[in-house]
Amino acid sequence: MTITEILFYAFSAVLVVAALGVITARNPVHAALFLVFAFFNSAIIWLLLEAEFLAIVLVLVYVGAVMVLFLFVVMMLDVDVAKMREGFTRYAPLGIIIAVLVVVEIGSVVWVKQLEGISEAAVTVTPDGYSNTRALGELLYTKYLYPFELAAVLLLLAIVAAIVLTMRQRTGLKAQDVAAQVSVRARDRIRIVKMDAEKEVATPPESQSPGSQP
Amino acid sequence: MIPEFAANLLSFLPEWMQAVVYYGVIAVMLFISVILLMAFLTLAERRVIGSIQARIGPNRVGPFGILQPFADVLKLLVKEIVIPEKSNKFLFILAPLLALIPALCTWAVMPLWPGFTVADINAGLLYILALTSAGVYGVILAGWATNSKYAFLGAMRAAAQMVAYEIAMGFALVGVVMAAGSLNLGEIIEAQRGGFFSFYVWWLLPLFVVYFISGLAETNRAPFDVVEGESEIVAGFHVEYSGMAFAVFFVAEYVNMILISALTSVFFFGGWLSPFEGWTFMPAFLQAPHFLWFFAKISFFLFCFLWFRATFPRYRYDQIMRLGWKIFIPVTLVWIFVEAILVYYKIGPWAA
Repeated sequence: MTITEILFYAFSAVLVVAALGVITARNPVHAALFLVFAFFNSAIIWLLLEAEFLAIVLVLVYVGAVMVLFLFVVMMLDVDVAKMREGFTRYAPLGIIIAVLVVVEIGSVVWVKQLEGISEAAVTVTPDGYSNTRALGELLYTKYLYPFELAAVLLLLAIVAAIVLTMRQRTGLKAQDVAAQVSVRARDRIRIVKMDAEKEVATPPESQSPGSQP
Repeated sequence: MIPEFAANLLSFLPEWMQAVVYYGVIAVMLFISVILLMAFLTLAERRVIGSIQARIGPNRVGPFGILQPFADVLKLLVKEIVIPEKSNKFLFILAPLLALIPALCTWAVMPLWPGFTVADINAGLLYILALTSAGVYGVILAGWATNSKYAFLGAMRAAAQMVAYEIAMGFALVGVVMAAGSLNLGEIIEAQRGGFFSFYVWWLLPLFVVYFISGLAETNRAPFDVVEGESEIVAGFHVEYSGMAFAVFFVAEYVNMILISALTSVFFFGGWLSPFEGWTFMPAFLQAPHFLWFFAKISFFLFCFLWFRATFPRYRYDQIMRLGWKIFIPVTLVWIFVEAILVYYKIGPWAA
């Protein structure tokens, strides 16, 4: 066994354990952390395949962004696991059917690839100076330009929709208007009154007593 | 794969072991250097802020107080680590490590001097983005595992703030990648060759400003330190941490500061390149690229970190969010667009 194979089996084993942890952990926060761990391990397996771009993007997108938000929500919600497990036996057959379907799908993909003659022998070591990132970029921006742009537009649509759905106008909010604060000038706030330093005071009439003055 | 002198030295080992030993030694040396730099940064912080506030700062341990960091470490080492009764003990201990490890791992792809990077990988910039975004886990988990409301509030603030400013940082780096045409940090530095005025800071000035300020926010430093706002939530996410467990968080924060300074100098100030390159009236040694240039640039940005801390009052939380989402992200997007036009019409550094 080469060192790469040893590493592959070691990380695959850890990956499988982490994936099992996701569905068996009682605490939802632990489950989310197991998922993060599983993502890290699959990234390492991709690194072993010399697909460094995919590996790093997996960590960047899923570990760095998606799972952080996920963890955020899971921590805020107080999920009652016991209650969620109530319908386990009822939904188990459906779950098993879906699991079998997924296994069959993945298996058939592997099978079709083998029929096409893409086997272990076809995977060659990439030459020195080969950039995974460049190869992916060239494919995405030439051959798959339209699907790529369509996906981007879909994502944009999703972002806009998410904002529109959650946006609500609240009245009576005391929000700060920074533009107004910055653009304020001295003359809007203070009024300078020119006054003489000295002023002649008319002597008060004798009839009024000093106490009645306002 | 490994340099010849190391191969000769380790010739008694099998080939794969040679690489393991060589990179192991390099990693340990780099680790010790970063930690030492971090230790003296804490001293520098107290002395610099002391000077700004017209006090002396620590000057009793050793000459000019230079042994102060070691005294601090010793103090923290002998303190008891208190683990709260109702906390999640495993995650409570794991969280500081999760904050520190990504910060240290990032140094692997840092080009330290001409021709030397521990791991010269093609997608170095993406690697850095991926690891810095993983650093937020330490903070979130610390807040949650502590099982205290102050810590949880601090963690929530930290997570929201770090996620928000990461986006602006990422966009700023897109501009750097567009300018350099590479994700490799060494190549990004090489692309800035030609002296002070060919550094990217001039053509990417808005991106530089956004990147450095986002870096401040990302490391939860003043004026963006609401995460540990003393007057509101005591110490935020690490309120229950003591002794070495606290020290690890502390180290992580300072290592991240050094990292942001190093990255700013790599992306916008040419890393180890000399600012006087091609200025023929200068002596030759000042024009040559050297590690010391890199070190000087890092030191300058670290000084800025301390300077800002002593100068600016803390931002209010909604102002931080507004700055990140409503100002920085649009500014970077607009500048990326401007840069795309410059690249397309071959204006400025893209003329060739």
